Amino acid sequence: MQGTRSRFLTVMITLGMAFFYIPMILLVIYSFNYSRIVPVWGGWSTRWYEVLFFESPEVWAAVRLSLQIAFVNATCAVIIGTLAALAMVRFGRFRGRTLFGGMLVAPLVMPEVITGISLLVLFITLQQLVGWPAERGFTTITIAHITFSLAYVAITVQARLTGMGQDLEEAASDLGAKPFKVLTAITIPRLTPALVSGWLLAFTLSLDDLVIASFVTGPGANTLPILIFSRIRLGLRPDINALATIIILVVAVCVAIAALIMYRQHKRDLRDEQLAERGGG
Amino acid sequence: MTEEPWLDQANNTPLVQIRGVSKKFGDVTAVDNVDLDIYQGELFCLLGGSGCGKTTLLRMLAGFEFPNSGSISIGGQDMSTVPAYERPTNMMFQSYALFPHMSVERNIAFGLQQDRMPKGEIADRVHEILKLVELQDFKKRKPQQLSGGQRQRVALARALVKEPRLLLLDEPLAALDKKLRKQTQFELANIQEQVGVTFIVVTHDQEEAMTLSTRMAVMDAGRFQQIGTPTEIYEFPQSRFVADFIGSANILQGRVTEDSADHVRVDTELGEIYIDHGQQVSTGSQIWVGLRPEKITVSKSAPETPGPNQCKGVVDDIGYLGEVSIYKIRLDSGTIIDATAPNRIRPMSRTHAITWEDEVYLSWEPSSPMLLNT
Ligand SMILES: Nc1ncnc2c1ncn2[C@@H]1O[C@H](COP(=O)(O)OP(=O)(O)O)[C@@H](O)[C@H]1O
Ligand SMILES: [Mg+2]
Repeated sequence: MQGTRSRFLTVMITLGMAFFYIPMILLVIYSFNYSRIVPVWGGWSTRWYEVLFFESPEVWAAVRLSLQIAFVNATCAVIIGTLAALAMVRFGRFRGRTLFGGMLVAPLVMPEVITGISLLVLFITLQQLVGWPAERGFTTITIAHITFSLAYVAITVQARLTGMGQDLEEAASDLGAKPFKVLTAITIPRLTPALVSGWLLAFTLSLDDLVIASFVTGPGANTLPILIFSRIRLGLRPDINALATIIILVVAVCVAIAALIMYRQHKRDLRDEQLAERGGG
Repeated sequence: MTEEPWLDQANNTPLVQIRGVSKKFGDVTAVDNVDLDIYQGELFCLLGGSGCGKTTLLRMLAGFEFPNSGSISIGGQDMSTVPAYERPTNMMFQSYALFPHMSVERNIAFGLQQDRMPKGEIADRVHEILKLVELQDFKKRKPQQLSGGQRQRVALARALVKEPRLLLLDEPLAALDKKLRKQTQFELANIQEQVGVTFIVVTHDQEEAMTLSTRMAVMDAGRFQQIGTPTEIYEFPQSRFVADFIGSANILQGRVTEDSADHVRVDTELGEIYIDHGQQVSTGSQIWVGLRPEKITVSKSAPETPGPNQCKGVVDDIGYLGEVSIYKIRLDSGTIIDATAPNRIRPMSRTHAITWEDEVYLSWEPSSPMLLNT
């Protein structure tokens, strides 16, 4: 009984993994294909990497734009999202709290197309009324990304704040710390893990986004997803495979670093526990 | 300062004055119209079961909650608009609430830093207090690297180092195991004596309250049932609730048959009970009488003279606890009376000892019965 179940599980997991990873492996292999036509094997080569690095400035411009947007977006979303979460959890009941909470998470369930169109309408209206934003691109995409990223940050931080309880803040206040000092000395440091994961989440969401960015971008401002998608529309291209391989590599390295940090933290917790037990006295 | 400042109200102004304080959470009345005076140097215990409003009252003193009605003043100053960070109080939290991202040393220094005290002085004070709680060797550790008992002492040190006028302790020993708790009870009382700070300790453990306090208040459903010294509360409870909550008591309903200045007679199931001191009762009224098990003498021989304060029963059950035995005595009416007796002699031969189904006689001193009005 036990045997069949575990065999069944093993098969399912293997199948799932295969389904997930085989396409990526194929992609990596084809990025080293000499042939210009993707599915035709023309022998091993780093030709498309050379094309990518030395003859594709527009790809690197898109990478830079995407990273800039993601960075500014994540930073702004963390600041605004944290303030929103603090308002929700720490300021007690205020008028319109439920409405505020609902509106905060609405962007999560709103179809991206709707968010995209509505933001586009907003930007066009603003441009006609006050002349800003003069052209669509970096600024408009960043603003659009902040609107949905901050919802994710707010939820992450809100969960952490609720779980944390208020004891430590009360203790600090009891020891004479004024409210702002409590925020900077206790709340923010305690929130750091949530802030970091919120920031990373906002960063990835922004790098990932194609739909909303397509709506609110303007001529000449291509983020990496927009660039890749527009090229793929004209057929599979080997240099895009090379680019994708590099992205996979970067992601893998990031995941490995995160795992290492978590492993270290786990070891530190274990050591603390041992110290506490041996502490005696 | 006198030993018992609450008895000499003409010459002592209370440090804490609580007047008609109530606190509601929605429909729940956590604290219900409470009055209390606490004097400089006291170790005052708030004793009561879980959910009776002890923590809420403490939090109102600390400034985390504000009363719906009534007033609190500390050191003669009204606290109704004073936020927690400006009060002359410090609190030791039930959860300890140590800052996990700071070392022991920095946890303790935190409060002094808020007062913008010079660095050198902070270091001295932290050093002093670490010595007091015997944690010098652990000052660089983080709270999560300490045992439960050590964390408890860090929490105490952190609250004490600011030399507050009033220290509030919410179940300070509840998280410790039983043995450590006993030992820490005495340490806590010693520290309080050394530093001379007024303590208010919340606890649900009656033994802890009895050991620690100069005076205590027994709380139930947001109200004070009785306030007094441990001896007063134990020996002269005013209600059935208090008599039963503190220690154990046989409680019998009765009717007052005689009420004079220096004695009272009450008719109960145990026959006539004669009390050799005056009480605030009136002849003919229904009343309750409490008798503590350890104040009842159990004997196999009949009393020489008939009279009040004695009765007869049959041993229904015996609980051997080592130092004492509990006898469950069944009266003719079927009521069970508890009596305890110390096991002064090793019960090697059981011939003289009281055993199951023996017919026994109960008696008690006329000073022992406690009259309970409610
Ligand atoms: N912040 C709060 N919100 C709602 N109800 C509360 C709150 N704090 C306490 N209560 C209620 O008030 C009553 C007294 O609580 P508490 O003072 O914590 O009791 P104790 O410390 O004696 O166990 C309980 O019924 C509790 O549920
Ligand atoms: Mg409590």
